[in-house]
Amino acid sequence: MKKGFKTFLSFALAAAMIFGMTACGGNSGGGGEEAPAEEGKVFNIWCWNDEFQTRFNDYYPEVAEVAEDGSTTTLNDGTVVNWIIEPNEGNNYQNKLDEALLNQENADADSKVDMFLVEADYARKYTNSDATMNVADLGGVLDATSDQYDYTKEVVSDADGNVKGVSWQACPGLIAYRRSIAKEVLGSDDPETVQAAVADWDKFAETAQKMSDAGYKMLSGYDDTFRPFYNNDAAPFVEDGKTLNIDKNIMDWVAMTKDYTDKGYNNKTSLWSTEWAADQGKDAKVFCIPACTWEIDFTLTGNADPDETKDPEQSAWGDYAVCVGPVNWCWGGTWITAATGTDNPTLVADIMTKMTTDKDILKKIAVDKGDFVNSKSVIADLAANYEGNDFLGGQNHYALLSDAAAGLSLKIASPYDQGVIEKMQSSMKDYFDGNVDLDGAKANFETVIKELYPEIETVNWPE
Amino acid sequence: MDKKPSHARTVIAYIVLVILTILCLFFFYILIINCTRSHQQIQAGFSFLPGSSFSKNFNAVIHDAKLPVMSGIRNSLIVSGCCAVLSTYFSALTAYGLYAYNFKLKKPAFIFIMLILVMPTQVSAMGFINVITKMGMINTLYPLILPSVAAPAVFYFMYSYMQSSLPLELVEAARIDGSNEFRTFNRIVLPIMKPALAVQAIFAFVSNWNNYFIPALVLQENSKRTLPILIAMLRSADFLKFDMGKVYMLITIAIVPIIIVYIALSKYIVAGVALGGVKE
Amino acid sequence: MSKRKKSEIKEISYAKWGYIFIAPFFITFVVFQLIPLGQTIYYSFFEYYRSGLTIIGPNPVGLDNYKALLESDFLKYAANTIILWLAGFIPQIIISLLLAAWFTDVRLRIRGKQFFKVVIYMPNLIMASAFAMLFFALFSENGPVNATLVSLGILKTPFRFLASIAGTRGLVALMNFLMWFGNTTILLMAAVMGINPSLFEAAELDGCSPRQTFFRVTLPMIRPILVYVLITSMIGGLQMFDVPQILTNGTGSPDRTVTTLIMYLNNHLYNKNYGMAGAISVVLFIICAALCLLVYFNLNPTDSDRKTRKKNRSNAGKEAING
Repeated sequence: MKKGFKTFLSFALAAAMIFGMTACGGNSGGGGEEAPAEEGKVFNIWCWNDEFQTRFNDYYPEVAEVAEDGSTTTLNDGTVVNWIIEPNEGNNYQNKLDEALLNQENADADSKVDMFLVEADYARKYTNSDATMNVADLGGVLDATSDQYDYTKEVVSDADGNVKGVSWQACPGLIAYRRSIAKEVLGSDDPETVQAAVADWDKFAETAQKMSDAGYKMLSGYDDTFRPFYNNDAAPFVEDGKTLNIDKNIMDWVAMTKDYTDKGYNNKTSLWSTEWAADQGKDAKVFCIPACTWEIDFTLTGNADPDETKDPEQSAWGDYAVCVGPVNWCWGGTWITAATGTDNPTLVADIMTKMTTDKDILKKIAVDKGDFVNSKSVIADLAANYEGNDFLGGQNHYALLSDAAAGLSLKIASPYDQGVIEKMQSSMKDYFDGNVDLDGAKANFETVIKELYPEIETVNWPE
Repeated sequence: MDKKPSHARTVIAYIVLVILTILCLFFFYILIINCTRSHQQIQAGFSFLPGSSFSKNFNAVIHDAKLPVMSGIRNSLIVSGCCAVLSTYFSALTAYGLYAYNFKLKKPAFIFIMLILVMPTQVSAMGFINVITKMGMINTLYPLILPSVAAPAVFYFMYSYMQSSLPLELVEAARIDGSNEFRTFNRIVLPIMKPALAVQAIFAFVSNWNNYFIPALVLQENSKRTLPILIAMLRSADFLKFDMGKVYMLITIAIVPIIIVYIALSKYIVAGVALGGVKE
Repeated sequence: MSKRKKSEIKEISYAKWGYIFIAPFFITFVVFQLIPLGQTIYYSFFEYYRSGLTIIGPNPVGLDNYKALLESDFLKYAANTIILWLAGFIPQIIISLLLAAWFTDVRLRIRGKQFFKVVIYMPNLIMASAFAMLFFALFSENGPVNATLVSLGILKTPFRFLASIAGTRGLVALMNFLMWFGNTTILLMAAVMGINPSLFEAAELDGCSPRQTFFRVTLPMIRPILVYVLITSMIGGLQMFDVPQILTNGTGSPDRTVTTLIMYLNNHLYNKNYGMAGAISVVLFIICAALCLLVYFNLNPTDSDRKTRKKNRSNAGKEAING
């Protein structure tokens, strides 16, 4: 009896020791990155890259201090902003965010999601749910958005027309091209001349042939031309939650890209890969990249001038210019949404107002970063008075793109688009690379999309 | 007839061995070289000489909250360390229980463990996630540590070792001296098992240090993640914007400590492999 | 030894200690393995997945998940797994046998044995995910391997390893080979050293060539450990995940030809489709259970020969550890 008790005790002790040991570890593991939460509030922002974070740290007037490793930002009133950054690819950001939002009710105030960012490819998933707050319920934010581009509100409106998010940028698509190559092959680097050479897809192909003859590639990779086609789809990919309809535009993109690949018009890269990034540098032999306004600062500048020299001799700085391209399109944008259950609604409202409607701040962002900000009047002002962007060789891209921006639409956005687009691009890559025929690529796409979204029952391909 | 071919065989053997050695070491050489070079140097082409950007890359890796390397190292150390201790201690305990005592369920228990000796944990991963979610252990380090108490392969190693080097007379003697069973195990059996414990602790540490599948499903938050998950995140397109110097540096941080420990303890480890036969 | 044990410790009072000492193992096993396994099997008969922010199910659907599995490319992924495993295992076992024969051949007297052993085992300790990431960086289009091959004039333009089926599979096989051949070599060496030296002496006296000795004496004698290496390697191959997953960023491309069974399982787990994940797990469990039985009969032989073999092996290893 006594012996038994002793054993029990020693086991309990051992167990307690183990738990104590690991509990210590667990706590320090969790507490390391978080700031002390005694008085100042903790504000959690979820996002998938540092684009908004840098904008916020640079332009939000209440910012007092940014942590050395970028994990937190302290505001003037002592509130600590936690940046929770999850990679976007493969629906990873969505999955992790879903997990957090489903746990929102049980989470304590300091670990609740207060604000999260979404992109057009899946914005509807969240704006159609209760996870996001009505912007109208956040003080006067909605009234201040009257100057914003309509499409930026349309894509984050729920079925009843309630606006659920705001954005600081509009995202007209463009073709960014190398001035030096344009001069050599097309005789001029003037945006109008280049625009004439890429005015529609036939002209685009002719120019691609010219580039090829001169030893250049028209494009870097397969996915660059996807967005111009996709954005002009006739209908959303998924409307009833069960059927995925592939638009004819997508198949046009497939056919064109296969043709270009066989003719050697591209460098066979995939979006975001290091090879793709290298193709935007000084020594690259790639003429153009269909891109979007946010890419100018977010990827193009860094890839063209990795050392941040701003020196045309050492980098492709100043060797770029933009034109509108064969069609009008937009590529997403990033929306700020308020998470239901946030304990900082005032702060959310203030960030939304300052970062997306304050004209002075927006103008500064536009002038400093080349971002196409979400204010018709600021853009109109810049279109008339901006002296030009250094990186773009002094071009005023606002003047060029302001008309296009007015007509943008994201009506075709569905909650499934991120998965569909990624998987379409990766499945078709096998076809472009010659590893499978078109039917094989389609079959692989259907397999992988059903893995990703079990609720999708049928995939309809255009005739 | 006997000696000449032997000579030729020696030469061939050395050639093959040297080629294999180069194959094994070459990749690490490139890794070490590239983690000292800047992104531009790496993109510009390969060089056999190191660059001067080691500290720059190192600082860049350390100060990036998107990939919290320091907390990754700490989490990996906690998990691997605890697993090494738990799996060796409890495997030895279990082995001793089955080796030194006679009881009704002894044989079935032994057969059971031998049957699940090489059963991969992946097959029950789905239920595992479910169970630990219900227990409130999702996104904590516990579900990575606690299961190591039941490590059949380590058990088998301990059991074989006891068969060859733990005479039961010793246990008897301890009993005569009035030592209770638990004390006997801790004070007499464990010291005898030291070589086996050390070898298995190293293996358990390494395999948990390198473990990716289950941690990736369990750990949701950046601050809880272990190194292999951070490495996997590197492969995601979002982080390829990264400079390659940082990529090589993070890989270096993940594998070089293990290599250093290995070189220091290589004699025991290699001997342990020969002895164990079973490795997860 | 076991005889003595039986006669001396037959006192009942100690039996409870046996139960106490093995209890933590079995409790842990039940909580973290057996119950999860039961749940896995249970949910394989349900429709149960996450759609956005809503959870569908669990709704009982009978064998629908298994039907879906049959209609899926499951066999293709099984074939991928086997191909990737064999492509690594065949060179691995050949090289390992060769090295084990050389290292244990007294007539060869290879110097620096310890050094070679240490080097060839090293890749086994490398984090598979880091190794895969390293290979991804090294073998990318503008990576150092292509740069070297082009500058040496071996290639005209960079070879896109990951856009080619053979290239991607080759890289996975190469990594598996590098990670495991050292381990196998050491195991086989231990087995060869466990053979009674008088057999080799007799073979030499009979005028056997090294080749004859290898095929007539060494191979038959180490057959049990060869079987063991084969089966454990099969189980390892079945679990192949980290390397192809990270090398291909989870896509298993090109044409899903490097999608392994565990990657397929992971796709469903990651997308929270628990019903399908359960069905895949059950099939994997059945395969693994069969392999486990093979290991069991390999390690617990009935004839006395093998017992001697086992004992010799553990003695050899013990000596190696102790100095």
